[in-house]
Amino acid sequence: MTTAETFLYLSPELTLLLVAALVFVLDLVWRRDPDRAHRWLPWVAMGGLAVALIITVALMARNPSAHIATMMVIDPMSLFFVAIAIVGAMLVILSALDYIPARTPYVSEFYALVVVAVLAIAIIVSANDLILIYLGMEFLSITSYILVGFLKRNRGSVEGALKYFLYGAAASAVMLYGMSFLYGATGATDLEAIARVFSGGLTGDLALMGFPAIALLMVGFGFKASLVPFHQWAPDAYEGAPTPVTAFLATASKAAGFAIIARVLLVGLPMFQEKEWVPILMGLSILTMTLGNLVAIQQRDMKRLLAYSSIAQAGYILIGLVAIGRDVAFGGLSGLLVYLFAYLFTNIGAFVVVIAVENATGATDLPAYAGLIRRSPLLASMLLLFLLSLAGIPPTGGFLGKFLVFGAAIRAHFLTLAIIAIINSVIAAFYYLNVVRYMFFVQPPDGGRKAIAVTPAIRVALWVCAAMTLLIGVCAQPFVTWAAHSASLLAAVW
Amino acid sequence: MSFPILTLITFVPLLGAILCLLPWGQWLGWSKAREEDFIRLLAILFSLVPLILAVFLWLAYDKAAGGFQFEEMAAWIPALGVSYHIGVDGLSVPLVFLTTLLTTLGLYYSSHVIKHRVREFFVLFLLLEMGMLGVFVSLDFVLFYVFWEIGLVPMYFLIGIWGHEEDRPQYSAIKFFLYTLVGSVAMLLAILGVYFDTGTFDIVKAIALKPFAANPMLAGLAFWGFFLAFAIKMPVWPFHTWLPDAHTAAPTAGSVILAGVLLKLGAYGLIRINLPVFPTAAKTWAPLMIALGVISIVYGALVCMAQTDLKRLIAYSSVSHMGYVMLGVGAAAFAIGMKRAGALDSAAMALNGAALQMFNHGIITGGLFFLVGVIYERAHTRELNLFGGLSAKVPYYYGLMMVTALASLGLPGLAGFWSEFFVFRGAFDLVRVWAAIGVIGVVITAAYILWRIVQSVFLGQYDPQKIAHWTNPADGNMTHEPMDVLLFEKVTLWPLIFFMILFGVYPTPILDFFNRMTMALMHGL
Repeated sequence: MTTAETFLYLSPELTLLLVAALVFVLDLVWRRDPDRAHRWLPWVAMGGLAVALIITVALMARNPSAHIATMMVIDPMSLFFVAIAIVGAMLVILSALDYIPARTPYVSEFYALVVVAVLAIAIIVSANDLILIYLGMEFLSITSYILVGFLKRNRGSVEGALKYFLYGAAASAVMLYGMSFLYGATGATDLEAIARVFSGGLTGDLALMGFPAIALLMVGFGFKASLVPFHQWAPDAYEGAPTPVTAFLATASKAAGFAIIARVLLVGLPMFQEKEWVPILMGLSILTMTLGNLVAIQQRDMKRLLAYSSIAQAGYILIGLVAIGRDVAFGGLSGLLVYLFAYLFTNIGAFVVVIAVENATGATDLPAYAGLIRRSPLLASMLLLFLLSLAGIPPTGGFLGKFLVFGAAIRAHFLTLAIIAIINSVIAAFYYLNVVRYMFFVQPPDGGRKAIAVTPAIRVALWVCAAMTLLIGVCAQPFVTWAAHSASLLAAVW
Repeated sequence: MSFPILTLITFVPLLGAILCLLPWGQWLGWSKAREEDFIRLLAILFSLVPLILAVFLWLAYDKAAGGFQFEEMAAWIPALGVSYHIGVDGLSVPLVFLTTLLTTLGLYYSSHVIKHRVREFFVLFLLLEMGMLGVFVSLDFVLFYVFWEIGLVPMYFLIGIWGHEEDRPQYSAIKFFLYTLVGSVAMLLAILGVYFDTGTFDIVKAIALKPFAANPMLAGLAFWGFFLAFAIKMPVWPFHTWLPDAHTAAPTAGSVILAGVLLKLGAYGLIRINLPVFPTAAKTWAPLMIALGVISIVYGALVCMAQTDLKRLIAYSSVSHMGYVMLGVGAAAFAIGMKRAGALDSAAMALNGAALQMFNHGIITGGLFFLVGVIYERAHTRELNLFGGLSAKVPYYYGLMMVTALASLGLPGLAGFWSEFFVFRGAFDLVRVWAAIGVIGVVITAAYILWRIVQSVFLGQYDPQKIAHWTNPADGNMTHEPMDVLLFEKVTLWPLIFFMILFGVYPTPILDFFNRMTMALMHGL
């Protein structure tokens, strides 16, 4: 590959890097005029992200399969996840326009750090080498720790960050140990080289390496994707973090976790599918969705409820990998991508409503949502749509995602897994509808006289999320083909 | 491309719902009351369009040719093999008509009695109509499932928001939702199973391909996935416990739609999917279906005897009456593969009875729930013990209730008779003992209707002490004597009474629809 081509394929990452630097520099340049900085820097970040998104989409059209040394692979799937992260970050910045300045004087750093986090995700999802995977994960983690603890005078925020950091440090160490197993067994860190060594025949020690290595790696990856039992950080970090950050962690950051699980297992360790990683992932999936849903029932705080719900959703998403196969539409991987894409808009949309309510009332507990339909019909109807999508009720994107991953499970004859999943989706409907009950059935505390104001930025974010949530469900065809295409090259490698 | 009548029938209510959502008052400078009147009118007008189209459909459907007509086919998600395939046959045309009729009547009635959160009510009601109509016209499993679920959400709100506080509406609403959802998700897995066996989501193709023919175990599982969804929706014993709560809590028009149409979705699914797609499994499980049907008939009727709340009584009577449908379907399933002469004719007859019962029960129980609403608006109670001697006070109401109640118990000359007759005529030839047990239910039905409803509400001495204050539903003022039926209530009930008498005296027009379909179905298996 020529240098020019290398730069071309790295251009989304380079753009993100430049944008983040630009935001930092402009903040310094405008330090005597903080109003100006606060007004313009979010739009600098948004503009930069938009440019990066356009480049990413343009690269997708080239349908690449480009290796940058052995370190990175730019293929449709990595670009898919880069796009998810960028779109997620843009929605998060939109929703944070009023939230962050109201709570801290350090505004510009927030936008810069969100862009940096997207850069970290872009590296993770393209990484093809254990070393780069590790570096990318640490990069994303450290950025996330700062973002979670961004409101440094707020006890919850700091507590969440500290918990996140302690769990994260332990999880990385365990993951690194798992990586050392693979390196020890194969003498390689490049995923494709590892696969070549293993495909030479699983004899003796090589065969024994698979299970412990995968189990240990999953600690680190599962930490990012918030899979049970590596999820304990999530509720506290989600609750304590500034809500826009929570939205980012629950969607873009989680998606990165799934991207790396898929790539490492499918590219690096395909020969361990049957006996090693399918049973591990299946166990994690069942644990994750069941525990996430059962604990979510008892939550009385909207952010914690959505935290546990997003843990449970991770369990459904994982089904896509357990039931992976060569089928185009119901192959599992494409279902996983559609699910994550729909989940991105649905979940961020739900968090945007939480942000709007929090901006107006300062509260995130369920009683704050009592009679929301009277106080803000827009917010209540929007949250209803997002909750129905999370519950998998058609015609929403959430339904399409569940339809595809459950379909993959049936196709691959994982009937028990599918039945556990549908039982879980009924349990989940119960607590989602409990929120709906508060919004529509319970009388508002003040008789509904005080309307909740919704700012234009929040309005735009909401409409985008709602439109996409419905569009994915109603006009599913382009999304399904896009996901199937993005999944196909990786499936072909495997 | 021909005139897309079914698409219009299904989606005009959606258009109406969207128009009702628009802020007309803000745009035109109207007061809130004027805007609400406009929304009521808009909703009724938009429900009239599908009703008129459904009448046209009834007249235009070629009964001699049978089969699916007015079919529309378009690609929806070709990557998954999901298509927008809709069409109607002899089973669905009357049910589409029933749905549009009851929706219009429900909206008209509600426009007089629903006073708060008007906009939401009419929007949700129209969305509900779209969901129900969509189920009756869908010929693609995924489309069927999507509409099936769409109908769930508005009904949840109708029960939860407009239910009366003493009936625990929030509890009833979530119970209704979760029970139905359990069935739906099981159906979703079954749909996927059928897809991976036959490679299609098309219901018509699946009927031709007979999935899992070589694997009775999987066929049984898929059959049960569908059966669970439909049995909960119908509902048959022991899946019925959501029904009395939901019916009692729902507002009048909600109960009418719930009993009149939503329960039919379950019965419709059994005849549309379970019988023709899984004939072997249906044959295997026929005894169980028959047993569940008979238990529902007898158990439902016995529970009615013990009710003191008029609305709850009628709710339980639905369990009993839908049991006839299950018995008819079960008997027909039992006859699959029987070589004996006449067995298939008996099966078709039982199935005719089941289909006719679906329509009649919609008309009759819909009417009964309207009538409960009428008395509740006046008395603000439904306690049977507090009524008595009303025949002298509200003679018009008494007359309407007598016709409807007698139709419900199956008096010859009224619609309910024919459906019970055909079910038992068919079932008696095929499963004699079960049919005989089921007949006991008919006797108990007569008992609870005459004793619990007619006698305790209308006969005896009127005691002004029991209910001291009656409300005049026209203006909300208190009166000492109950008011008789008002014009809008008469207008709501006349069409239903008309059909009870028409199809009681001359059931041929509607039987022709079902007969062609059931004969083709039974002889095709």
